[in-house]
Amino acid sequence: MSESLQDSAKLSPEKERSLFVQGLIDFWKQFRKNKPAIVGFLIVLFFILIAIFAKQIAPQGINDQNIAIRLQPPSAKHLLGTDDFGRDILSRIVFGAQLSLRVGFFAVIGSIIVGTFFGVIAGYFGKLIDTVISRFFDILLAFPSILLSIAIVTILGPSLNNALVAIAIVNVPVFGRLVRSRVLTVKEEEYIMAARSIGMGNTRIIMKHILPNSFAPIIVQGTLNIATAILDAAGLGFLGMGAQPPQPEWGTMLSESRQYITNAPWTVIFPGLAIILVVIGFNLMGDGLRDALDPRMKN
Amino acid sequence: MLSYSIKRLLMLVPVLLGMTIIVFSIIHAIPGNPAQTILGTKATPEAIHHLNASLGLDKPLYVQYFTYLKDVLTGNLGTSIQDNNAIASEIWPHLAATIELSFAAMLIAVIIGVNAGIISAWKKNSVVDYIAMIVALIGVSMPIFWLGLLEQWIFSVKLNWLPSIGQTDITSTVAPITNLYLVDTLLEGQFGQFWMVVRHLIMPAVALATIPMAIIARMTRSSMLEVLGSDYIRTAKAKGQRMGWIVYKYALKNAFIPILTVIGLQTGLMLGGAILTETIFGWPGIGLYVYNAIQARDYPVIQSGILIIAFMFIMVNFIVDLLYGLIDPRIKYR
Repeated sequence: MSESLQDSAKLSPEKERSLFVQGLIDFWKQFRKNKPAIVGFLIVLFFILIAIFAKQIAPQGINDQNIAIRLQPPSAKHLLGTDDFGRDILSRIVFGAQLSLRVGFFAVIGSIIVGTFFGVIAGYFGKLIDTVISRFFDILLAFPSILLSIAIVTILGPSLNNALVAIAIVNVPVFGRLVRSRVLTVKEEEYIMAARSIGMGNTRIIMKHILPNSFAPIIVQGTLNIATAILDAAGLGFLGMGAQPPQPEWGTMLSESRQYITNAPWTVIFPGLAIILVVIGFNLMGDGLRDALDPRMKN
Repeated sequence: MLSYSIKRLLMLVPVLLGMTIIVFSIIHAIPGNPAQTILGTKATPEAIHHLNASLGLDKPLYVQYFTYLKDVLTGNLGTSIQDNNAIASEIWPHLAATIELSFAAMLIAVIIGVNAGIISAWKKNSVVDYIAMIVALIGVSMPIFWLGLLEQWIFSVKLNWLPSIGQTDITSTVAPITNLYLVDTLLEGQFGQFWMVVRHLIMPAVALATIPMAIIARMTRSSMLEVLGSDYIRTAKAKGQRMGWIVYKYALKNAFIPILTVIGLQTGLMLGGAILTETIFGWPGIGLYVYNAIQARDYPVIQSGILIIAFMFIMVNFIVDLLYGLIDPRIKYR
């Protein structure tokens, strides 16, 4: 009986797909009205392309050293100048895009997966399990994020991948809380009650109804968190706790060249500008996504 | 109010306990023997054995944790490996330096951020609004250590206006009373020295203020826009009251709750950001203290530094929570 009811409530795959496509079209119509968001999107796209085609774009290799031309100012041959090993700064920034985007994306995806898992469990099952998980989130959020990252890297040892793991862990409660609050709202909806009354199991309700309904705020928060993840990774790199030289991570590059700021300021200025630009891109895009996907999150 | 405060205070207990567990775990989570970690790879077996016994590292983990907790509660933060001093006795000057820096930074962030946000909302979609919001966007997107380096380059090296490093001139020392140098110099009536401390404070404070300032400006703008659209503001306008008066007297008060929340959260981020800022400017605060400890693998100092900063963050947010009711009497404490 309950099976046949469930079947009758099902949409045909074609219908489901066309609804999805319609949703995408509606979203795009909203999103493209927002000029700053489009600018952000283009900036992000630009850096993604640079990261993908780094080998083709970079005029020189990452570690091509030539002491004879060390600390040279920007010129036609070296558009952004050279660093203290005579390495081409433009090439290093181009390859650095790979590292920064990798940390940003994977740290956030990791925290989304883990955060969503715990957030759903806490919100859906409630009671003691909710209390335990929520308190744990509270404790993690009680540490300033860069400080907790430092603590974790102290344990794991300094490297780019460990910085990535640390940033991911730090962001888990952000997504956990977001998903939990979303689940708490959604689970009281009538259609969830309806799904339960026709005998749908917890796992299916979560996968079919609750998760899709939490999707928009996760995407929005995720985009904004990529920006902070990139900043945090650069900060850790600068403190010597992230990527290690000679890796061309932008924060690490800043830390290596800070002593040359007086006679070769370009070694410091350009990696910093790269960080600002990509972070602005993700921030603008995140704001735009929020306006288009989830008007309720608008302040 | 009082019962709410007590309830809220009691709710802090599990968080604080959890915090101590995490901080306690740092040293035990590092692969290998903690004594070996503390002493380094060249330590002799006797030295490791001695340290194990003296720190109680040979006892079961829960016993070690409760000993640690007891120590922390009685104000014993352990001993620094680098100089063998009791951390509790040497941490206050660092903490004071950080408090001074964070306070100055927050002052800058709030004054400029709130006013920029107000003007942006007031003159919505004007050139001023666009400029303020673009600057705010760049502010939240900027690595503060990069801004710090540029500040040093421009204002110390190129223009020679401000000292690039430290809390005081090398040749001049401030006799510590509270260790808050601005307060100490004033207490002693040393106005020349006061000015010297201010000059040292400006650049790190501005660097540290940038991100909170930008976030506060954006928050103030959106919060003010909401309030400025409400009926009582329209009524005030209809009565012919001056816009400046309406904005600062009526609107700001109602827009201030979300702003206050952001200020509370930003103070925590600031305490974290202090590590980067203090490292660049050689500011002898708790951030630099922890940074140096990381370089020297002085784990007890790392643990205590992180614990103190996180504790301050929790307390700031606790105070902010209590302030809500003072600002908005409509908020009922349950």
